[in-house]
Amino acid sequence: MEKSLSSAYLRVSGSSFAAFLAEEATDLLPPTVASGTDLSSLAPHATTIVAATFSDGVVIAGDRRATMGNVIAQRDIEKVFAADDHTGVGIAGSAGIAVELVRLYQVELEHYEKIEGTPLSMDGKANRLATLLRGNLGLAMQGLAAVPLLAGYDTARNRGRIFSYDVTGGRYEELDFHAIGSGSYFARGSLKKLFDPRHDREAAVATVLQALYDAADDDSATGGPDLSRRIFPVVAVITADGFERVDEGEMSRAVEAMVAERHTRPDGPLAPVGGDA
Amino acid sequence: MSMPFYVSPEQIIKDKADFARKGIARGRSVVVMEYDGGILFVAENPSRALHKISEIYDRIGFAAVGKYNEFESLRVAGIRLADMRGFSYDRSDVSARSLANAYATTLGTIFTETQKPYEVEIVVAEVGDDRDDDQMYRLRFDGSVADEKGFVAMGGSSEDLTQILAENWRVGLTLEEALRVSVDGLGTTAAEHRRLAPDQLEVAVLDRARPRRKFKRLTTAQVSDMLPEAAPDQPDPEATIDVGIPPTGEERETEPDSGG
Repeated sequence: MEKSLSSAYLRVSGSSFAAFLAEEATDLLPPTVASGTDLSSLAPHATTIVAATFSDGVVIAGDRRATMGNVIAQRDIEKVFAADDHTGVGIAGSAGIAVELVRLYQVELEHYEKIEGTPLSMDGKANRLATLLRGNLGLAMQGLAAVPLLAGYDTARNRGRIFSYDVTGGRYEELDFHAIGSGSYFARGSLKKLFDPRHDREAAVATVLQALYDAADDDSATGGPDLSRRIFPVVAVITADGFERVDEGEMSRAVEAMVAERHTRPDGPLAPVGGDA
Repeated sequence: MSMPFYVSPEQIIKDKADFARKGIARGRSVVVMEYDGGILFVAENPSRALHKISEIYDRIGFAAVGKYNEFESLRVAGIRLADMRGFSYDRSDVSARSLANAYATTLGTIFTETQKPYEVEIVVAEVGDDRDDDQMYRLRFDGSVADEKGFVAMGGSSEDLTQILAENWRVGLTLEEALRVSVDGLGTTAAEHRRLAPDQLEVAVLDRARPRRKFKRLTTAQVSDMLPEAAPDQPDPEATIDVGIPPTGEERETEPDSGG
């Protein structure tokens, strides 16, 4: 590491940390080797992430399982992170690549904020993540794809917003709710029936927990809440007040209530057919 | 045919130092001060956009006086170095000491190797878990470093200011008291006593009690609340924007005769 500030540090150009690394320290960026072989079985895979907006903002949640083939590689992995004060990011796909991507993204947002003296707009943050993801395309083509789900509170529009991505860096704004990862089909089906934009915080947290439970119910790579080990999904609520990870006590109560209900109705809450929802 | 005059190395160094010192003395002052909950930064700076005080990393803040474009590039370089270090090792491996070293080496090289030295003086401060762990490094234009305790005053009338602060600063000042002492000091020179209004001040803290990122700017309203008597009762002829990038490269950021 440099002892003094070389000319590259002093050159006034740009406020992107990733662009600075690309010029000055490419070894810190993800590798771009192309071997042509499928590497997908090399490293653990992270699975399901869900996000849903609610009256005060947006909630994002992830299960705790990482798999390698049929093996559970880790039962308490964390896949939902604060990207900055008003943004959270969840990851699915190749775990190591995805966690590094998030780490770079966190520094990228903070770096911009410190240099410019103001945070990026919500759309700016979403676009930066797309650019970082595009750098990973070579690895994705060898089976090491990592895909994020971005949820944030837009302080200019005063509402929660959700962005999904594909491996090429395609960026798509999602209305209301979204899910990614291997259990996402089941989670999305569940959200369709339970989502309500008028939900308060408590109902929004309950909704994403139900969706993750449904994903774990039908997808072997998604982990359900582990009551014996006290391993619960990571849930974060993002509002005008900022990013807040739901604490252990609140999670424990919400999960126990949900599991108790499932003892009487294993398929979860019954959504009404017709009438007023 | 004319021969260039011989100038001794001592004279060259002295001329450069005088030049830098004069440039710095023309600027308005900045105070960095320990208080019971962390470290306070106060600058006389009517500009909302061009900062003299900045966040560098989780526990590290930066303050500068002198030529804006020069300390701005040092500020950005410091953020880059800190973020790079934190990203390649760990957030806890970023320290004010290593940053001060990098600044010292850089300023020293610029001072000896270029025609024109940087006309800047900077403070790098780090807030620790308790007061004993707090660090303040003052860096001069020639790369010399001083490890300071209590408070630091830089800029125009820094000698008068240091004297005033030495009389009023003590261990364990509250934030409000520290702010009053600083603002009072900034407004006082041998010749006059000005009462600085909150909108002429740039104020930030490294607050020990905050989670992860300790740096926080105080808004004009927050500063007003802590300086209740500081109503802008007397119009200040000097309250013009002083950190704009001058139209020509030769001009300094401030009016030529406000130094002490």
